Amino acid sequence: MRNESLVSITDYSKEEILEVLETARLFEKNPNRRVLEGKVIATLFFEPSTRTRLSFETAVNRLGGRIIGFSDASTTSSTKGETLKDTIMMVSNYVDLIIMRHYLDGAACYAAEVSPKPLINAGDGSNQHPSQTMLDLYSIYKTQGTLENLNITMVGDLKYGRTVHSLLMAMSHFHPTFHFVAPDELKMPEEYKIYCDKLGIPYVEHHDFTEEIINQADILYMTRVQRERFTDLMEYEKVKNVYTLRNAMLAGSKDNLRILHPLPRVNEIAYDVDDNPKAYYFEQAKNGLYARQAIICKVLGIKIED
Amino acid sequence: METTDKKLQVAALANGTVIDHIPSEQLFKVVSLLRLDQIDKSVTIGNNLCSKLIGKKGIIKIADTFFKEEEINRIAILAPNAKINIIKDYEVIHKQQVSLPDELHDIIRCANPKCITNNEPMATRFEVIDKEQVVVKCCYCEQSISKDAIKIK
Ligand SMILES: [Zn+2]
Repeated sequence: MRNESLVSITDYSKEEILEVLETARLFEKNPNRRVLEGKVIATLFFEPSTRTRLSFETAVNRLGGRIIGFSDASTTSSTKGETLKDTIMMVSNYVDLIIMRHYLDGAACYAAEVSPKPLINAGDGSNQHPSQTMLDLYSIYKTQGTLENLNITMVGDLKYGRTVHSLLMAMSHFHPTFHFVAPDELKMPEEYKIYCDKLGIPYVEHHDFTEEIINQADILYMTRVQRERFTDLMEYEKVKNVYTLRNAMLAGSKDNLRILHPLPRVNEIAYDVDDNPKAYYFEQAKNGLYARQAIICKVLGIKIED
Repeated sequence: METTDKKLQVAALANGTVIDHIPSEQLFKVVSLLRLDQIDKSVTIGNNLCSKLIGKKGIIKIADTFFKEEEINRIAILAPNAKINIIKDYEVIHKQQVSLPDELHDIIRCANPKCITNNEPMATRFEVIDKEQVVVKCCYCEQSISKDAIKIK
């Protein structure tokens, strides 16, 4: 894989993560810096994702770059049977950077291997989505003033939710304590617990979502519990409301607690939480712009000064 | 004594490679993994022979053929106890146990149907994460496959 491409958050060391977060902070102060003047960026979305695409395209526009690409695979040559490699080779003739979303697992790693131009993974199947992780990290960094020694409580679908797995691995540099709150069917997979064990990171698993757990947390990371993940629909009906956060449950929580959610939500955060100053999920999405601007600059080797 | 026993089971070899202690049910997979169906040298195959070590075993003798270490080690995924004997002038000049390499290049198929490797004409790559239990991890989709679910490409 080309060094400068970003396929997985694990491509970055602790120092590189902190460097990107610092750049994101500068972009939040001033998002309009025309450092991509004269550059062309491809946004190749083999699977539609309006939210992620608009965030990346806004990032490029505010940096003064131009965009080519497509937002849906049905309009591209891959429906005519062209391979991913051929599409990447063709596009890389025209652009300085490729931002790609793909419906297949591992597509980003392969595309980065064959691409002569650097590539940013904007999500590959159910595998990796590093810009989401970077904006999560930036949101934590900004609201807590640090990434070190935090209590990170993850709630909901911890089995299939790729955002929690990437966040877990990225946070592992910063001495966290994890709490995993999930129904049995959606528990944190063994491999991530082994990963924590190897690094000596403490974690506690919970079945019930209680105020006692909430009251210790610095970050409450909520995820969607999706019906289609359950083999037993009775089980889904039983748990679907158990992992819903309601405003009353936050009465005894810490002042610095912030509630994150990768969005869109279904019913895991009640609407009465939205007005609580500890609700951070809408700002979190906005931080995606600064995090993505910072990632683009990092991948292209562009340094941002104050 | 032991070598004469072997000569009785399968004809002797003047020069070449003997692969012994292959589990019987894996024998023909080993044949295709090493592409022995495509070579023009004489290949002698014995199967369902008695083995104290693994019950029923298979043995393959390939005349005038010597494999590179990484080539022959690929069969460890099918036959972890296989022993390789290099024969020159009817003498065993080198004996060796196969050992699983750290990475498997284009040998096995990913078990994840949504993996890019199953949807694009490309080589697969797996990292061996547990040599004892034989667990491998796809370098692309990052899913792990354990021994029983491993399928040869
Ligand atoms: Zn795979």
